[in-house]
Amino acid sequence: MSAACDRTNEPVIEMRALSAAAMKNPGRVVLEEVTWSVGAGEYWVLAGPQGSGKSDFLMMTAGLAAPVDGTYRLFGEPMPIFEGERLATRLRLGLVFDGGQLLNHLSIAQNLALPLRYHHNLTAAEAGERVQALLDLTGLAPWADAPPGAVARNWRKRAGLARALMLQPEVLLLDDPLAGLDPWHAHWWRDFLRQLAAGHRFFGGRPMTLVVTAEGLRSWKGQACHFALLDKKRFVVLGNWTEVERASHPLARELLAPELAGA
Amino acid sequence: MQDGTASAFDTPQVRLLFRAPLPPSYTNFLGRKLLRFLLTVQGLGAFALITLGVLVSKFSVARQVVRPLMRREIGRAGVRLLPMFLYLSAALGLLVIGQTVSWLTRVGAINFLGTVMVVVVVRELGPLLTALVVLARIGTANVVELGTARAMGEVEALEALAIDPVHYLVVPRVVGMALGIFSLTVYLIVGALLSGYLWAFLQDVPLLPGEYFRQLASALGWMDFVLLGLKTVSFGFIIAIVTCYHGLAQPLRLEEVSGATVRAVAQALIACVLLDAVFIILYLVA
Repeated sequence: MSAACDRTNEPVIEMRALSAAAMKNPGRVVLEEVTWSVGAGEYWVLAGPQGSGKSDFLMMTAGLAAPVDGTYRLFGEPMPIFEGERLATRLRLGLVFDGGQLLNHLSIAQNLALPLRYHHNLTAAEAGERVQALLDLTGLAPWADAPPGAVARNWRKRAGLARALMLQPEVLLLDDPLAGLDPWHAHWWRDFLRQLAAGHRFFGGRPMTLVVTAEGLRSWKGQACHFALLDKKRFVVLGNWTEVERASHPLARELLAPELAGA
Repeated sequence: MQDGTASAFDTPQVRLLFRAPLPPSYTNFLGRKLLRFLLTVQGLGAFALITLGVLVSKFSVARQVVRPLMRREIGRAGVRLLPMFLYLSAALGLLVIGQTVSWLTRVGAINFLGTVMVVVVVRELGPLLTALVVLARIGTANVVELGTARAMGEVEALEALAIDPVHYLVVPRVVGMALGIFSLTVYLIVGALLSGYLWAFLQDVPLLPGEYFRQLASALGWMDFVLLGLKTVSFGFIIAIVTCYHGLAQPLRLEEVSGATVRAVAQALIACVLLDAVFIILYLVA
């Protein structure tokens, strides 16, 4: 476990008595009474079965929807932020979707370049160097000019990660990053996320705050420092891995099952 | 989008009205239809205002990204359709001249050929035909592209990157379609007027080119140019707004995209014809 587990940093994400709704059905509340604080540089895993609201909660945390109730602050600023002067705060957070959610009319390289070009008003040539560096870092260079549809899901997910990293966020939210990956890719992701959490040289060596959703807990042993469950509309903080193993919560016991080791 | 979210126009009330089966009772059926119509008008109006707001407020934002998209849309809704419009202009000239020459000759009013061409081609058929062809060729593609993008979660991806989907996806299409329809209408009119004379010449109409163009020039007033510009840009705006609204403003599943396309084409067609009627009144008043 990294040294980041022992750090007590100022909170970057703060939620108080928050309720979140489903993205596709704003009338359906998926989580209630969430009080949660994430310190800078912390590495969290939020686990829960399918339909527990992990993705909806993550989207809300990323600012795609407003909380139904309660308060949510990102770096001290009330969320959601859509534009204006506070947009810079929003850009300190990145979101990686489950399927990558790349824009199909752009190539992989153009997808990566888009946030950088849009927010810094750059031409494709001006963004090229940075894009190439990130393509090399993530092993996507051979697929740079390919459309997303021509690339396997494993690599599309990785392209989604690279795109979210383009603006060098301080907080990175990842929706079920290991889902559907083969063991080789899953290993790459775990290793890369560990490097990000410890402070990757490419991103200035600053430890990145990571929040990951997952269907199982066992894959994240020795990886994340903090664990929580999403169960029956409740957000249950379990603590560190030792506390997870000791937890008596029935869902925690289920999610520790060896069959879910790859999830 | 409203509040920057992708679900701005998808409230439970709207969903109930649009997706619940229509009631069997005649009055209820009529009422539900009327409510749907009013909600659609409200949604389209709100979407148009949001788009105009974004167009103005973000005019200089991310120019290096949005301007190339605008150029691409101008190419798609304008330049690439030129060959088809050359054909259409020849056909339109033949159609109008072919029908009018024999009638004007019979009543001894062949000197009004230029005037007829201006009234029929410049004021009415040119802009409306252009709008309908662009709607069929590009408007439908808009709904399918945006509806698919919506169904595949690309809109949420843009929002997650703090990129306004209206700015990135809608504004270039609005600008491209407005300028595309304006330019294509001008080409169509010029082509139809020229081909009209060619067909008249082939029918042995005793009309010299100088006289024909003098008739055209005398039939055209400054108001024709102003209203032609306004009309074509408005057609482009309406088609882009209606097609983008149906593709983008409501969450779609892939199987719903075809239905959205049909709705968008029907509504854009109705809106264009209604707008054309308004311009007829303007011509009559002016």
